[in-house]
Amino acid sequence: MKKILKNSSLKGWLYLLPALLFLGIFMVYPLIDVFVYSFEEGYNSASQTYFGVGSYNYSYVLHDPYFLQAVKNTFLLVIITVPLSTGIALLISVGLNSIKPLRNLFQTVYFLPYVTNTLAVGLVFMILFKKTAYSDGFINLIINWFGGASVDFIEGPYWAKMFVLCFYTIWVVMPFKILILTSALASVNQEYYNAAKVDGTSKVRTFMRITLPMISPMIFYLIITGFIGAFKAYSDVVALFGTNLNAAEMNTIVGYVYDMLYGDSGGYPSYASAAAIILFAIVLTITCINLLISKKNIHY
Amino acid sequence: MDHKMDYDKIERNARVRQRVINIITYLFLAFWAVIVLFPFYWMILTSVKSYGAYNSEFIPKFFTLSPTLQNYGDAFTTVPLGKYLTNTVLFAVVTTAIMLAVITLAAFAFARLQFKGKNIMFVIFLSLMMIPNELVIITNFVTVTNLDMRNTFAGLILPSVMSVFYVYLLKENFEQIPDSLYYAAKVDGTSDLKYLLKVMIPISKPTLITITILKVIECWNSYVWPRLITDDENYYLVSNGIQEIRENGFGRENIPAMMAAVVVISVPLILLFLIFRKKVMEGVSRGGTKG
Repeated sequence: MKKILKNSSLKGWLYLLPALLFLGIFMVYPLIDVFVYSFEEGYNSASQTYFGVGSYNYSYVLHDPYFLQAVKNTFLLVIITVPLSTGIALLISVGLNSIKPLRNLFQTVYFLPYVTNTLAVGLVFMILFKKTAYSDGFINLIINWFGGASVDFIEGPYWAKMFVLCFYTIWVVMPFKILILTSALASVNQEYYNAAKVDGTSKVRTFMRITLPMISPMIFYLIITGFIGAFKAYSDVVALFGTNLNAAEMNTIVGYVYDMLYGDSGGYPSYASAAAIILFAIVLTITCINLLISKKNIHY
Repeated sequence: MDHKMDYDKIERNARVRQRVINIITYLFLAFWAVIVLFPFYWMILTSVKSYGAYNSEFIPKFFTLSPTLQNYGDAFTTVPLGKYLTNTVLFAVVTTAIMLAVITLAAFAFARLQFKGKNIMFVIFLSLMMIPNELVIITNFVTVTNLDMRNTFAGLILPSVMSVFYVYLLKENFEQIPDSLYYAAKVDGTSDLKYLLKVMIPISKPTLITITILKVIECWNSYVWPRLITDDENYYLVSNGIQEIRENGFGRENIPAMMAAVVVISVPLILLFLIFRKKVMEGVSRGGTKG
C-alpha cells in the first residue's frame, strides 16, 4: 500500500496549488503589505513613493477627530448590542424550547433577517424611522399614540440615530444567536431536568443551576463572535445613514478605513492601513480578554 | 377527605400556572415574530401603493385598497435594476463555481493525499481563518487598481473566491469516507482525480450543497468590495445598486418605487432559504458568521 501512496508528494502540492495561489495573492501578501503601508509616511498612491518610515500614520489617525468619533460610535454599538442581543436571544430560545406547536414556524420566521440583503432592508428601516416633510413615519406614529413627540431618527439627535443603529443591528444579528442557542438548549441532557424535577427544584433554580452552566460555552462563543462582528459594523450603518457617514456623525472604524481608502475623502492607503491595524489590535485584545474570562467561568 | 381536596387544588393551581406561563411565552414569541416580519410587510405594502397615494398619507396607512404594480415597472425601467440583478447572478455563480473547484481540490489534498509539509500547511490554513477581511482589503484594492481591473468582473470575482473555512469543512467531511474505498479504487487502478470525481464528491454532496448555498448568500449580500472596485453602473451588484437608487435614482422621494426594488432584491434569497431551509440553518450553525 505504502508504495502506491509514496510518489504523490508532488501531486499533493499540485492539488493545493490553486488554493495557495488565491490565498497568497489575496490574503498573505496583503497581510504583510498592510503593515508595510502603515509605516510608510506620506505615501502617494499615484506615484507610489513615500518620504520615510515611522509611526506618523498611527499618530495622525489617533488624533483625527473623525477617527475618535468612529471609535466612540463603534464602542457604544458594541457595548449596547452584544449584551442585549445575546440576552434577548437567550429568552427567545428558552421560549422556543418550551413549546411544541408552531415551533418550526417561529424558527423559520426568526431566521429570515439572516438571508436578507442588509442594504435593502436597511432602507426599509430608514423609511420606518425617518421623519420627512410629508410624513412623520411609522415609528413616530406609534410614539405619538403613546403621547410622545416626533423625533427624526435618521437626521436628528445623536441618541436617536444611535438607537436606530442598535435596533437594526440587533435585528440583523438575532437569527444567528437564536439558531445557536436553540440547538444548544436542545442538546442539554434531559436526565438533568428529570432529576431536578424529582427533587422538586423550582424552574428558576433549574435554569440558573442546570441550563445556564450547560450552555455557557455556547453563550461565550456568541459573545466573542458578537464582539468581533459588532466591531466590524459598516454596511448596516451605510444602509441607514447613507455613504457620507462622517457628516452624519455615525461613522464606524471600518467605515473610517474605507473612507480613507476610497471615495471623496479617499486616496490614503497608509492612514487606512494604520486604522485597520488599530481595529485589529482592539478586536484581538478584547477577544483575548473574553477568552480569559470564559476560561474562568465556563462549567462543563 | 381534606387531603384529597388539597391535592385537587394544588393540581389545578399548577395547571393554571402552566397555562399562564404558556400564554406569556407565546405572546412573547409572537411579539418578536411581529418585529421580524413587520419590515417585510411594510416594504411589500409600500411597494404596491401608488406614488400619489403614498405621498398624501401624512399618517401612514396599514393597508391599501388600490394596490398597483406600477412601481415594479418603474423599478425596472427608470433604473437598471435588471442589469444589477444579472450582474449579481453572474458574480454569484462564477465566484461560487471557482470556489467549489478550488476548495474541493485543496480539501482532497489535505484529507486524502500524503505529502511533505501537509500538516504545517494545514495549520497555516487554519490560522488564516482568523484574518479579518478589513486587513487585506486595502492592499487588494491597490492591487486590483494597479492591474487595471477596476470595473471588471475579474476584479470583482477573483478576490472574493477563497474561503478557508469551507476547505476545513469539506476536509472534515472527506475524512469520514472510509479508507478502504480509496485502497480498493487504487487496486483497481483508478486515478486520484477520478476517485475524487466519482466517489468523494457524490458522497459529500450534502456538504457541498450547504457550502454552495452559504456562498451564494454571501455573494448576493456582498457590498464592501463591489463598492470599492466599481463605480460604473454597468458593473454594480444589487447592494450597490440599491445604494445608488437611494442616493440618485427615482428622484429621492419616490419611496414606493424604491421599495419595489427592495422587494425584487430580497425575494430570490428568501425563496432560496425557504426551499433549502434545513440545509441553510444547519450550515449556518456549523460555520456561519454575521453577528
